[in-house]
Amino acid sequence: MNLDATFAALADPTRRAILARLATGDLSVMELAEPFDISQPAISKHLQVLERAGLISRSRDGQRRPCRIEAAPLAEANGWLEEYRRIWDANFERLDKLLDEMKAGGKNRERKKR
Amino acid sequence: MNARNDKGFTVAASGDFDIVMTRVFDAPRRMVFDAFTKPELVKRWLLGPDGWTMPVCDLDPRPGGGIRYRWRRDKDGCEIGMHGTFREVVPPERTVHAEQFDDPWYPGEAVVTTVFAEEGGKTTVTMTMHLETREARDGVLKSGMESGVARSYERLDDVLASVAV
Repeated sequence: MNLDATFAALADPTRRAILARLATGDLSVMELAEPFDISQPAISKHLQVLERAGLISRSRDGQRRPCRIEAAPLAEANGWLEEYRRIWDANFERLDKLLDEMKAGGKNRERKKR
Repeated sequence: MNARNDKGFTVAASGDFDIVMTRVFDAPRRMVFDAFTKPELVKRWLLGPDGWTMPVCDLDPRPGGGIRYRWRRDKDGCEIGMHGTFREVVPPERTVHAEQFDDPWYPGEAVVTTVFAEEGGKTTVTMTMHLETREARDGVLKSGMESGVARSYERLDDVLASVAV
């Protein structure tokens, strides 16, 4: 899975709005285009980007070809940011303890447990 | 757009291209600066999640000086490396360095500016990560910044905005 493609696909507000609508259920291109003030071909272009990023899949089923949201790449993108935040929080908690030790001249071990 | 806990830890987006982290430490800035720039001190806290150690922690805090980190997860021997270069070092006020993971799981190079400001014996550290690739900028930042309509995107926002714990 390509995280760059996921993030690039997510960067566009129209594509996020499309995903938001698909989150409530599968829709055809025509149904998707309805509330947007842009043409159906433009929507189709956005759908291509989303499909390439693996964020949606499209059924081969007949003319309607409904679009479906795919959860895995989103979870991965989300996981990346979550991990980032978690790592830095853990780092800074340790740094607090280290600074306490440094302030105490490194002689007194900090007993405080969090 | 940010949130705060008692340590003042914030992660927020700034403009289109930067992620800004802020954290307050209860120590003078000279000491905090040392903790960020002396290898023997850095290797005691820059460890990431629990269960990781830092067998390689080389950094040479002067312009052009190198950075080489290697982390190891003890339970399975999994290793992650990072390399970089200092661009600016102004003790005890600020550093600027470029960094990149050895394996490109992370989207591209980041330039990190770290500013140390002291007030009343406490030091506020502000780290600004400037993401170099278009994908990283457009993706990480915009997707996190603009308020999402789908729940998934609101979660992305939360991750950027929320505090830990």
